[in-house]
Amino acid sequence: MLVAEKIGKRFTGVIALHDVSMQLRPGRVTAIIGENGAGKSTLMKILSGVYAEYEGRILLGGREVRFANPKEAQEKGISIIHQELNLIPDLSITENIFLGRELTDRWGLLNKKAMRERTAALLRRLKLNVPPDTLIRALKVGQQQVVEIAKALLLESQVIIMDEPTSAISEAEVEILYDIIEQLRAEGKIIAYISHKLDELFRIADDFVVLRDGRVTETGTMKTVDHDAIVRKMVGRDIAALEHHRTQADAAEELLSVTALDWQAGNKQLLKNITFSLRRGEVLGIFGLMGAGRTELLECILGLHPGEHTGDIRLEGQRLDLRSPRDAIRAGLVLVPEDRKKDGLIPGLDVKTNISLSILRSIGRNGLLNSKAEVTLAEHYKNSLRIKTPNLEQQVRHLSGGNQQKVILARCLATDPKVLMLDEPTRGIDVNTKNEIYKLILELAKSSLGIIVVSSELPEILTVSDRILVLCEGKISGVFPRATANEDDILKAAIPKTI
Amino acid sequence: MDLSSYRPLLTRFQSFIALLILCIALSLLSNKFLTIENGWNVLRQISVNVCISVGMTLVVLTAGIDLSVGSILAFSGAVAAGLLKNGIAWPAHDLFIGFTLLGTIVAALVVGAALGFFNGWMITRFKVPPFVATLAMLTIARGLTMLWTRGYPISSLGAKFDYIGTGWLLGIPVLVWISAVTVILAVILVRKTPLGRYIYAIGGNEQAARLSGIHINRVKIIVYSIGGILAAVGGIMVTSRLDSAQPNAGTNYELDSIAAVVIGGTSLSGGRGTIMGTVLGAIIIGVLNNGLVLLNVSPFWQQVIKGLVILLSVIVDKMNSKEA
Repeated sequence: MLVAEKIGKRFTGVIALHDVSMQLRPGRVTAIIGENGAGKSTLMKILSGVYAEYEGRILLGGREVRFANPKEAQEKGISIIHQELNLIPDLSITENIFLGRELTDRWGLLNKKAMRERTAALLRRLKLNVPPDTLIRALKVGQQQVVEIAKALLLESQVIIMDEPTSAISEAEVEILYDIIEQLRAEGKIIAYISHKLDELFRIADDFVVLRDGRVTETGTMKTVDHDAIVRKMVGRDIAALEHHRTQADAAEELLSVTALDWQAGNKQLLKNITFSLRRGEVLGIFGLMGAGRTELLECILGLHPGEHTGDIRLEGQRLDLRSPRDAIRAGLVLVPEDRKKDGLIPGLDVKTNISLSILRSIGRNGLLNSKAEVTLAEHYKNSLRIKTPNLEQQVRHLSGGNQQKVILARCLATDPKVLMLDEPTRGIDVNTKNEIYKLILELAKSSLGIIVVSSELPEILTVSDRILVLCEGKISGVFPRATANEDDILKAAIPKTI
Repeated sequence: MDLSSYRPLLTRFQSFIALLILCIALSLLSNKFLTIENGWNVLRQISVNVCISVGMTLVVLTAGIDLSVGSILAFSGAVAAGLLKNGIAWPAHDLFIGFTLLGTIVAALVVGAALGFFNGWMITRFKVPPFVATLAMLTIARGLTMLWTRGYPISSLGAKFDYIGTGWLLGIPVLVWISAVTVILAVILVRKTPLGRYIYAIGGNEQAARLSGIHINRVKIIVYSIGGILAAVGGIMVTSRLDSAQPNAGTNYELDSIAAVVIGGTSLSGGRGTIMGTVLGAIIIGVLNNGLVLLNVSPFWQQVIKGLVILLSVIVDKMNSKEA
């Protein structure tokens, strides 16, 4: 049993955790639930040795443990699988799994054979059917996740902490992950599972711990609660269900049309004969599994791969020949990217600067910056998008994920686009902010913007879309108007027929 | 946007405080240090490094590096000297082009800009890493200098030209004027223009900057061209001060300039730093050099001490950013 007793942690000026106590039992999966900023990650970082300074104590199997660093925590049997994977892309699976604990022969040289064999055994156990010498770079994100789990298994960890393990993997891969978790549970491991996806927790978790503002507000077993109750405990109040009542989109004029878009990269057909259109005021949802071509489609429309694809893309009847995102923004197309840390934010610059970045020239005067106009602009979006920040000079890296997303959205909206594309708009964002973003999307559509939302979360697609386009292996495998769309049909269309 | 808000107040002035302590210590150790004459001396000595380092700061802010500044300095200085003295003669076609003073200066700046542009073009068009592209330029421009000068200094360039390096204007050395104007223009560029903002954005997150509609390649080419122009400005200054273009002028200048940038608190991974920080860094190096000479410290020890100061400044910087 892993027991946390009165854990407290403060950062300069902020109390991140206060008096947190909980028990994680062997052979059970405990869901750690809470909004962004509730203290989940901080707690897990203490448990896994990332933060060595904290109040309170941790007991593992009845004995107090205190880790100076993650390696020590691993040696004592606690492994964490981070949201951002910690693998080295140019090393093989074996090399990654044994990194820092390589097996050696009696000469002190690497015992590659033994390591390869043990890796192969682990991969077999986890049903990952690739050779142990495969480079991490060549694996899909879901497969990389499995490698992380293999690493934890190699360590014979008693406690395995999973931080948002499904945020980057496809539905099919999620199933495999669930099987693995079942197996670990049967072996009597202690599993802590952090996720924003409540449906997932109801399926996989036995117990739950709810954190709010750095305190434990409730613990219990999943059987005794339902979806709404959990949300109430997280947020501290009810969230009104989103009403989606708009029908006028059908009648509106065509804004964006894509005809016979083909993209062949090397011998891989990334997109094949994609044809669709988007109307003014319409929210078009695009759903697909990992590798279906969702992001690739957006990138083509945005001009990120000029000259590599064929087909016809028109905006308001005008043929587009975009050579760069810069051209796209000028034409009126803008993208809120999937990975906000990698592609969206300039983390070291402040909120104001991040918002004004795309339109500096048009709000400038005589070729110089106009800081007054910048402040006005940022103030406007801070209010209209309800960005929570102490001030506009705050570096965006210090904002929560949801507010960071809003900053990027503000930057995109500032360009006064005709078509707004959002790639996984709520990845890693808590329920409350998620709903706010859905509301914003629907409001924006009312102002005659055309909106494309790409997502791998079905509930999300069903919540916001007027029409749903399903991609499968680079092709359109189904189009569903909102009225007749349901989860089963969409999933059926999304799953490849031949595996 | 207040770019200096990167660091809390105390650490923001840490280089300044370090400089102050250094000056107090030196004035106690040597009565020759704290004199007006020596003050101008230091400022004149650092003026070339200030100009080059301002360009280097812009390059480093985009997460790049420019190793070719010393060689570009030498080549543009040599071009200026050669054109001024000999013009361009083409006996086979009975052609001779003479250059006025202004003409030579413009020509030298154009040469610097062209070589800087070439750096930027290699880096953006062919994706050559900045370290490699400018390392190549370091030898290319040095080779061009040797070809142009045939390995001999070009000397005796006339009083007018020498005025740049040795003259005074309104009680201030011309060299100091040049570096002051360079610094002011650079501060305006960085703090008041979209281009300056783009430089920080690219260094902070290039991919995000691209998706925000910033023309990454154009900004980088401009930045490396500015780096080349400022190296050429340095070339004119050095040549004029010595009244001679030396084929091996500017050797290792890139190292002094990177040192100034680093001591000034600019992050080599880009996106964080200031022009004024670099100026302070250059002054610290200059004062240190000057003080060690006044104290009769052996030149060998001077190098050791300079290296240790670079390490110390980066360590202090790291410790501060950990606390923040």
